[in-house]
Amino acid sequence: MFKVTPQLDPGGPTVRFRFEGRELQAPEGMNLAAALLSNGEIVFRESPVTGAPRGPFCLMGICFECLVVIDGKSGRQACMVDVAENMDIRRQRRPEEEP
Amino acid sequence: MTAQAQNFDLAILGAGPAGLAAAAVASELGLSCVLLDEQDQPGGQIYRGLGRMAARLPDRLAMFGTSYQRGLPLLQGLHAARIDYRPGTLVWQIDPPGRIWTHGTGPVEEIEATRLLLCSGAMERPVPVPGWTLPGVLGAGAAQIILKSAGLVPDAPVVFVGNGPLLYLLLSQYQAAGIEPAAVLLTGGIHDWAGGALHLPGFLASGALPEAAKLLAALRRSSARIVRQVSDVSIVGKAAVEAVAFMSQGRREFIPACLVCLHEGVIPHTQLTRLIGCAHHWDKQQHAYRPSLDRWGNTTIEGIQVAGDGGGIAGARAAELTGRIAALEAARALGRLTEDERDRRSAPDRRKLARILRGRSFIDTLYGPRLARRPPADETIVCRCEEVTAEQVRQAVREGCKGPNQVKSFLRCGMGSCQGRFCGLAVAQIIAAERGVPMDEVGYYRIRPPIKPIELGALAEMAEV
Amino acid sequence: MARIADVVIIGAGIQGCSAALHCRQRGLSVIVVEKDHVGRHASGVNAGGVRRLNRHPAEIPLSVASMHIWHGIEDLLGDDCGFRISGQVRIAETPADLETLKTRAQHVRDLGFTHEEIIGREELYELVPALAAHCLGALIARDDGFANPAQTTRAFCRRATELGAMFLEGCRAEPPRRHGNVWEVPTTAGTVQAATIVNTAGAWGDAIAAALGEPVPIEPVAPMLMITDRLPAFITPVVGSASRYMSFKQLPNGTALIGGGTLGTADPAGNLTRLDLPGLATLAEAARALFPIMRRTRVVRCWAGIEGQLPDGIPVVGPSSTEPGVFHAFGFSSHGFQLGPVIGRIVAELIADGQSTLPLEPFSIARFAAHKQDTRLKEAS
Repeated sequence: MFKVTPQLDPGGPTVRFRFEGRELQAPEGMNLAAALLSNGEIVFRESPVTGAPRGPFCLMGICFECLVVIDGKSGRQACMVDVAENMDIRRQRRPEEEP
Repeated sequence: MTAQAQNFDLAILGAGPAGLAAAAVASELGLSCVLLDEQDQPGGQIYRGLGRMAARLPDRLAMFGTSYQRGLPLLQGLHAARIDYRPGTLVWQIDPPGRIWTHGTGPVEEIEATRLLLCSGAMERPVPVPGWTLPGVLGAGAAQIILKSAGLVPDAPVVFVGNGPLLYLLLSQYQAAGIEPAAVLLTGGIHDWAGGALHLPGFLASGALPEAAKLLAALRRSSARIVRQVSDVSIVGKAAVEAVAFMSQGRREFIPACLVCLHEGVIPHTQLTRLIGCAHHWDKQQHAYRPSLDRWGNTTIEGIQVAGDGGGIAGARAAELTGRIAALEAARALGRLTEDERDRRSAPDRRKLARILRGRSFIDTLYGPRLARRPPADETIVCRCEEVTAEQVRQAVREGCKGPNQVKSFLRCGMGSCQGRFCGLAVAQIIAAERGVPMDEVGYYRIRPPIKPIELGALAEMAEV
Repeated sequence: MARIADVVIIGAGIQGCSAALHCRQRGLSVIVVEKDHVGRHASGVNAGGVRRLNRHPAEIPLSVASMHIWHGIEDLLGDDCGFRISGQVRIAETPADLETLKTRAQHVRDLGFTHEEIIGREELYELVPALAAHCLGALIARDDGFANPAQTTRAFCRRATELGAMFLEGCRAEPPRRHGNVWEVPTTAGTVQAATIVNTAGAWGDAIAAALGEPVPIEPVAPMLMITDRLPAFITPVVGSASRYMSFKQLPNGTALIGGGTLGTADPAGNLTRLDLPGLATLAEAARALFPIMRRTRVVRCWAGIEGQLPDGIPVVGPSSTEPGVFHAFGFSSHGFQLGPVIGRIVAELIADGQSTLPLEPFSIARFAAHKQDTRLKEAS
């Protein structure tokens, strides 16, 4: 869906992290929501009401659509955090499906 | 308890242009000042990513126009001055006039300040259309944020929908990166210019014309299909965006897309001022609620001021100016400046501000919301968090609900994670339309702490102190 | 032109709406006057506990009778009110707690009631597996539960309206005046005339009582609550503790509602409450201490409604001690919700039959006659 345009590629180190068990890469310090989008992921969670797929909307911490589970902690806004090496990210699911 | 000082003359919430400018002035005047911001980097949204880009890719700043670079002195000023700047810090409760509870990576902390200056800025105006909750729909502001801060551009067909200078700005920035949307569906049209003409002189005098001209040029250059005066927009798809449907000149059309940038301007982010209990009023011109302020940014609550877009949309340059003016007033209220000194020092900023504000009427009229102003179709989800539709809100009104708080208790709209940020305006509009009363009569959700969710354990730890 | 009815009810919380319904069922015409909107205050924002458990002995007969009505609430109102028979437990965290609860259980049995019993550790942890490990047992009322307070209050209003009661919202009552057998209640929407006044004005009920020459020492209080994110279902009964002011329940949508006696500040004139952060912290700590898995759960919102607290912790229910044709039912001291269904019936009985089938002596407004004396003395000096 999104890619880093070459003109704005800082070209520094990258980090490896996991989303839903899949290993992904992104530039070090990139906003986590942006890091997921740049890896083609647009579904970050399920709506707790109907389970409908949801993805980021405002990217500034207002809409709460980008909620993901980061290293086991749920309810984290992906747009408010930077990606880091070894981060384990999962979609936030409806409570019935949580382990 | 930490070793950091917890008592200040002035606490500033928000490190965007208003907050940064205010902090610089406050610090110059010798006020003890703390600048609190939820994000890890200063600049708010308008200057998001600016610091990093200036450090790593300085020759790329030009891509974003001179207005982006105007933030650099503000960021530099932050480092130069001895301001107690606390990034990554959420303010989750305020007890006016000046007790603030914060939460960063450590435990919950309490800060006392004699005065507060709220610089929460603006948020994307919610534009509820059917399908707007599908993954792949972003605000234009959001697309701009990930462009500035992460260099991201679409690599799939994107359709722009809406109205407002930010759409044109995004378009020109994408053009500079070699990206063209599949279509730009503008909800405004030629008839808007008639209304705008009244305000044109003010706009021309405001100095905004050159910038505006550049944006319009981007539109003319674009190879995207441009359609004006679209209506009845809906976003189509099963699990993600697949197409945008709309009406134009009496015909229903579909444009395939994977991404949609939806935007009809920005509105003040009033969650904190609502929490505190400041009076707000409906601004017809901006089609939004704003806190009621005097010319120094004082709210109706003693000791609490607002500066920047959070007090009414006027843009980044105006935010700086209102931030500076508010800081001067804070100094006066704290007895560090006389009224005359305050008036004298603020006079040049006031003149500049007046020029900018004269241009606002034109922009507000020309680029006001169209889709977001019309009653949404029944099946449209208006409360995204709790999936409450427009029809459900209308039904609640028919059953006797007079305002958003009653509707909330019926339907749970406004009870989800965003606590009404994204549905407050739409729900109030639907109620007003259904009841046939003005917006000021309908009112808004009662906002309560925490401003953003806080862990039970973090709250509990406060009991141990 | 005045509006006229047999009964004018002041205050459309659950007591007033229940009274409206029951009066209609007894064939009395009803006008309800409400200064804000139905269920705006305590009735709309409380923790929704539907319990007989741990009530003041005077309230037990009323509470037991009310529970019968609760168990048929859907038939009565055409709305399930979100009522769930989840059970309610009051946990003993210490040996002293356990003794207190055992004494209580015996006392209730001595009074002739069987709805409260003691359970030991084994059954407690079967019922509430998420409970912290240190608890010793509990007092349980198996058929208690919880409901949605706003939904319930509205359901009473809706049913009463269907039966012909008139509700005037945004309509503030002024002190009533009597002309012979007719009461006149001036309001902001005109005068309402009736043979009978029912005072169900909650935390504002004292204004009316005082105007009738029978002031009561009511204190407006603001019990605080908090609600969390949705969680996987992990607890069924409503849980309280003998050691703490806390009530904990998980709602059907998965959110956890935590309430109790920790107070904020109430401003009834302004319809406002202010939250007390140390109190919220204590509440959070209580929840965390009893349910350690909640430590990471996010609190999404805190609030407080306005309740009328009386010094002995039980309401004023019954006829006026100074004037004919006036009946009071207010001052429920933060636990009136479960009593709502029966209170309405009691009010209708008092009006239609001149007496109630339930014992109301302990709730008499006359018990505050000394307060009336004190107030007069204060005014005189």
